[in-house]
Amino acid sequence: MNAQMKPISQRGSQWFDGLTASMDSVNAAVPSLRIADGELAGRACRMLLVKPDVDNHFPRATRGEVGLLEGYGLAAAIDEAIKTDADNPHKRALIAIVDVPSQAYGRREEALGIHQALAAAVSAYARARQAGHPVIALLVGKAMSGAFLAHGYQANRIFALADSGVQVHAMGKAAAARVTLRTEEELDKLAADIPPMAYDLESYASLGLLESLLEVESAESPSAGDIDKVRTVVAEALNDIQPGDTGLERRLNGTNRGASRLVREQLRAQWEA
Amino acid sequence: MSELNANFQGNYEGGFIDLSARKRIESLLDSGSMRELLTPFDRLTSPWLEKQGIVPQFDDGVVIARGKLDNKAVVVAAIEGGFQGGSLGEVGGAKIAGLLELAIEENRKGNPTAAVLMLETGGVRLQEANLGLAAIAEIQSAIVELRQYQPVIAVVTGPVGCFGGMSITAGLCSYLIITREGRLGLNGPQVIEQEAGVEEYDSRDRGLIWGLTGGTQRFASGLVDAFVDDDVSALSTSVRDCLAQGVPALHRSDDISAPLTRLQQFDTREQIDAQRARQALTEGKTA
Repeated sequence: MNAQMKPISQRGSQWFDGLTASMDSVNAAVPSLRIADGELAGRACRMLLVKPDVDNHFPRATRGEVGLLEGYGLAAAIDEAIKTDADNPHKRALIAIVDVPSQAYGRREEALGIHQALAAAVSAYARARQAGHPVIALLVGKAMSGAFLAHGYQANRIFALADSGVQVHAMGKAAAARVTLRTEEELDKLAADIPPMAYDLESYASLGLLESLLEVESAESPSAGDIDKVRTVVAEALNDIQPGDTGLERRLNGTNRGASRLVREQLRAQWEA
Repeated sequence: MSELNANFQGNYEGGFIDLSARKRIESLLDSGSMRELLTPFDRLTSPWLEKQGIVPQFDDGVVIARGKLDNKAVVVAAIEGGFQGGSLGEVGGAKIAGLLELAIEENRKGNPTAAVLMLETGGVRLQEANLGLAAIAEIQSAIVELRQYQPVIAVVTGPVGCFGGMSITAGLCSYLIITREGRLGLNGPQVIEQEAGVEEYDSRDRGLIWGLTGGTQRFASGLVDAFVDDDVSALSTSVRDCLAQGVPALHRSDDISAPLTRLQQFDTREQIDAQRARQALTEGKTA
């Protein structure tokens, strides 16, 4: 199916509205970003969203994709928070609301170095976490490939709504089928045996990368109760993240990540040998 | 010359592109200093490929080593472009991430240790999709941490080039070295064509693709730091030069406002060509 035919997701904006109702909106560098500053559980935080912008300056990034402007725009907003809080022992939390269908695919994007724009965002999120800003990703829609690397995958904790519209993957199913010379049905069959290939959230959860799945009444348009529930979960996570907790090690504990652990164990044993 | 003749170690001549990942590392490091970790004898193979009827490789297509460059401690990882298109799966990804994590620990202990990454990769291995993507996020985190202490140098020589999530990884490195035969871009041509249409990007138009993403263009656009011939000694000199320069005052990935302004001012009404891309990316820069 042509990507242009699919409806544009409004989930990100819905959740952002609900979660930032009592926060102050901050001017973003580009119209496809929304940023708000406020408090959660008594902790200063900055929420970040990449949203659809039908008038995007870059025509291949109108549907909520992470493109050139979005990569640098996220980086600018995060970098500013890092610099502002540099001398503050209480560094504000960064909360990424994730609903990104893909990175932007286009000739301008490649020619102008979209990989570098996304690297700016990855770097900013990683530097923030390593400097002691708690970073949380909340997956409310798609979290695909390079777009997720740039917006969410550097978080200390990743939460996802338990909803079939939430998806984490390296490539959309149609494209993945073509690249691996298989049909979509064959991919589904394989995925039943191979959790990292699957498109469902339960398989993804078995990899140990998620903190937890959150049951809500409506992932599309959250109720007041949904917002409260998610806010509470995020607040608990903020309290749980300790000052020295700046790495990604806790992601290695999943049932289906045995090889990632084994490689590190054996490597460490050989390192000094 | 016999590849097994240890006397020739470190004395390679000629092209770099044709060398295997292992030979690439050996040709770069100070003679006799290479110590490979998790060798094929350790048999750490992908737990996912055999279930899909694909024969795994005993090093999972990634070679990692400790060694010396001009007598300074380094770690080196090289991706074997010939195995599954240089794609990163769980094991290969964990080898690179784990290696960088140990290099960070050495630096923290006061033992300066830099890194060189030889990136011949199409990005995530789709047969291990989400675990490849997760490993790339971990590699990226480790690079951002390691590069505070010592340079992380990326080398893209071809023939595969560097694509997908690993192109973002390249963009995080302290220095990036490319050859005319190297390519660097986020999305592979076929995927762009499929997602955006053949008019946007014709994956069979080699001139277009090389003109926009080839080493010559990337160097002229300032997206890489050094452009070298496909030659072992030229490459080796370039890597040592980067190492000698130390940690850059500002990493390319942390130069944010100037590139953002250039993109906001770029006229997107017309389709782009190589000349306009170079101009847009170097506007106002002192060369």
